[in-house]
Amino acid sequence: MKKLDSTVLARRANQIKEELRQKLRKPYKQVIDLYWGNPHAAGVKPLSFVRQVLAACLYPDLVKSNTLPVDVRQRAQSLLGECAGGSVGSYTDTAGIPEIVHRISEFITKRDGGAPSDPENIYISPGSQWSLRNILKVLVNSQASPRTGVLTPWPCYPITNFTIKELGGVTVPYYLSEEQGWELQVEELHRALDSAKGLCNPVTLYVINPGNPAGYVQSRKTMQEVIRFASEKRLSLLADEVYQECVHGEKSEFLSYKRVLSEMGPPLSDTVELASFHSASKGFMGECGLRGGYVELVNLDPDVMKCIYKLFSTDSCAPVLSQIALDLMTNPPQPGDPSYPLYSEETQHIKTMMVHNVKRVFEVLNSLPGFSCQPVEGGGFAFPRLHLPPKAIQKAKEMEMEPDLFYCMRLLEEAGVLVQPGMENGPKEGTHHIRFCIITPEDTMEEMLSRLSSFHTQFMKDFS
Amino acid sequence: MSHQVTGSGGKVLTLENMNPNVRKVEYAVRGAIVQRAVQIEKELKEGVKKPFTEVIKANIGDAHAMGQKPITFFRQVLALCAYPDLLEDNKFPEDAKQRARRILGACGGRSIGAYSASQGIECIRQDVSRYIEKRDGGIPSNPDNIYLSTGASDAIVTMLKLLVCGEGPDRTGVMISIPQYPLYSAALADLAAVQISYYLDEDRCWGLDVAELKRALSAARTHCNPRVICIINPGNPTGQVQSRKCIEDVIRFAKEEHLFLMADEVYQDNVYAEGCKFHSFKKVLFEMGPEFSSTVEMASFHSTSKCYMGECGFRSGYMEVINMDPEVKVQLTKLVSVRLCPPVTGQALLELVVNPPQPDEPSYSTFMKERTDVLAALAEKAGLTEKTFNTVPGIICNPVQGAMYTFPRITLPQRAIDTAKEEGLAPDMLYCMRLLEEEGICLVPGSGFGQREGTFHFRMTILPPTEKLKVVLQKIRDFHVRFTKQFS
Repeated sequence: MKKLDSTVLARRANQIKEELRQKLRKPYKQVIDLYWGNPHAAGVKPLSFVRQVLAACLYPDLVKSNTLPVDVRQRAQSLLGECAGGSVGSYTDTAGIPEIVHRISEFITKRDGGAPSDPENIYISPGSQWSLRNILKVLVNSQASPRTGVLTPWPCYPITNFTIKELGGVTVPYYLSEEQGWELQVEELHRALDSAKGLCNPVTLYVINPGNPAGYVQSRKTMQEVIRFASEKRLSLLADEVYQECVHGEKSEFLSYKRVLSEMGPPLSDTVELASFHSASKGFMGECGLRGGYVELVNLDPDVMKCIYKLFSTDSCAPVLSQIALDLMTNPPQPGDPSYPLYSEETQHIKTMMVHNVKRVFEVLNSLPGFSCQPVEGGGFAFPRLHLPPKAIQKAKEMEMEPDLFYCMRLLEEAGVLVQPGMENGPKEGTHHIRFCIITPEDTMEEMLSRLSSFHTQFMKDFS
Repeated sequence: MSHQVTGSGGKVLTLENMNPNVRKVEYAVRGAIVQRAVQIEKELKEGVKKPFTEVIKANIGDAHAMGQKPITFFRQVLALCAYPDLLEDNKFPEDAKQRARRILGACGGRSIGAYSASQGIECIRQDVSRYIEKRDGGIPSNPDNIYLSTGASDAIVTMLKLLVCGEGPDRTGVMISIPQYPLYSAALADLAAVQISYYLDEDRCWGLDVAELKRALSAARTHCNPRVICIINPGNPTGQVQSRKCIEDVIRFAKEEHLFLMADEVYQDNVYAEGCKFHSFKKVLFEMGPEFSSTVEMASFHSTSKCYMGECGFRSGYMEVINMDPEVKVQLTKLVSVRLCPPVTGQALLELVVNPPQPDEPSYSTFMKERTDVLAALAEKAGLTEKTFNTVPGIICNPVQGAMYTFPRITLPQRAIDTAKEEGLAPDMLYCMRLLEEEGICLVPGSGFGQREGTFHFRMTILPPTEKLKVVLQKIRDFHVRFTKQFS
């Protein structure tokens, strides 16, 4: 019997939101929706500087008027000068406006302690998943036998797993160790690769750092092991680094795979084939709706790069506003700029908010019997584990649902809280989780945790 | 063969082990000639002396790049959406503010930076439906059948992805016109679908003949399973606006042969020639009665990149699916979720295109003037282009009835054809490369779009401002005479 998937949850959420709009009585006034990594929808405000520049680029009359700060107007004017016909409505070069791509490469070099970055290897796309899909398309031969395999983590960002399958590939899960703070153990990579023998032909290893849904930030040691493994087993490496601005743990530090690879020196630094992905959707900007991301390709075969160029060219180019958003992300206001104080205040506020939220999540959930939560060192989500009573698991089975989906349906219905069931992040026998976004105002987080605690306590009682 | 077995210490990902379908992808509009044009622009910037001071990029349908101005109202609303503090600014008209508030109200957290539903913001899809109903004389349109997308290209590729299946002789065959917009051939190569080419009739102004459709289809049945017919109307690169009768013929053909119809209508507002009119496939389908309107499965595509807006850089479009099997629709909805959602700024722009200022609103007169001026300029340039090219011996130019391009046929001397062969180039690529090097004008050779064997063409946009266009036409005329003489 085919089990229900979480579209039933999304549908019910929309129904309830509609019922609330029509003022039907419920135990709550609004649904707290933390299902997706969608910061603005969760109440986080856009950065003023970013929006001011975008507005001036959209309507250049604002460049001449005094309404906006002078550095905003200068930046907009400069950006418009880089657009064909001075308009954000023109197409651009396939990989993006050359000056913006160049500045992104400079950002990467600076971020990575001087490791050089070639603008010719960077492609801007409508969101990082778009370029990830293009790269996967190059790697995955849907008509090959055996089929192409991609090593992906458990737990994983669901869209990536779906994309691999949709392209005709096979996902080969490697399990992160929850009890060790979601550590990636290289023995597990070996086991996963071995398990693929005879089933598929693994060609690439996909890592997410900082993690999604699990909130880890990888250590340099782990990353070096991953790189060595990829080199030894002749796999390319796909590094999804879109949450690089979301580092909460005091002792945690984001290092890019590019940097670690570069600092390992030759021969690895010259040979390991790497694609790194970043985005304007997460971090402080949270501009998911703009659809702006990029990929940097390292050590790829020049002939393959020509094919990649042609593939990206069929998409024409990324939206110009998205390209501009990436430029603003990688080149924010500097001390001394008129917009700097406000920019600094707004980003600091978001950083403080995230650190506060993950601390509260850790405290509250670990105090509840039936929940266990690893520290959220980085990323945009908490991924706590549910220890459900057998009666609840049985009830879920009767309703033809995964237990974590069953839990989420109840949570939505009774407490008006919408979170993602862990089943979406890949199956792991005997475990159940929920995922929710922690990039949300502190009072929203507090309200959510309060509702979740009450609900959970009651739920555990009902099914004891 | 596994990676671990191959490899002599060389690259992990090579031409040999990459996806072979991607190797076959070509897209002439951004191909070799454009890359050379960009190189030349760099050289000019570095001060290298050339017979010209700028490269005129008449290869791509990019109106703003050629100096066309955006529609003021649209940009005002979008600026308000981007930075809502401006709603307090009395420099913006009230109708713009109202639209912005409505759009923001439909966005998560009242921000264009929030993901929307994958299919697109619901109230915008509703407005798209209403626009379609109005355009098509009241024929109902269901918002659930509207999918917003990252440009029409995104929706076209998604649709093809859904339709292509099968193995060997059962592999999906897709009918597409020759000449065609090379996104189609690229997508078909990428998907390993079988391309079934049907020829438009150059001697009859690129008309479409059902006999030719039947010929192409029956030849294809031996090696594939034809399931789709694609048609671009108004045409790209050919610029023809198909007659109503032609559209009915195609619909009848699709029904008889049980084909899914994909109608690319992104140039629907770009109609210039006297006696030509845009007929939407959907409208004609429904006016043919329930025998057709309840059975023919169809998708129509539109975009904000062309028409009078020319907002290519927003990457915004939509498709409307008609008579789609409900279970297939579920799969389609799942497939679009991979994109997360189309750019919200593009969705907002689309909202304005389908819901422009009305006669009783403050921005109406400016809006109408801007719209009319753009379309009138294009019409003038369409006529000028056809007229000028037809004065050149060796160039025959069909009327530019619609869209944004001219696709004239050029006669090339045999020596030029031979030289091209020696250099490993298509003859019209040699012609276009020489034109680029000598005059700094970038066109796309006809070989990039497909053409009848032994014929040669180029595609040029009619987008440069009129005075510049006159200069460009003159230069091409002079070049053609020179080239012909040189290779005689």
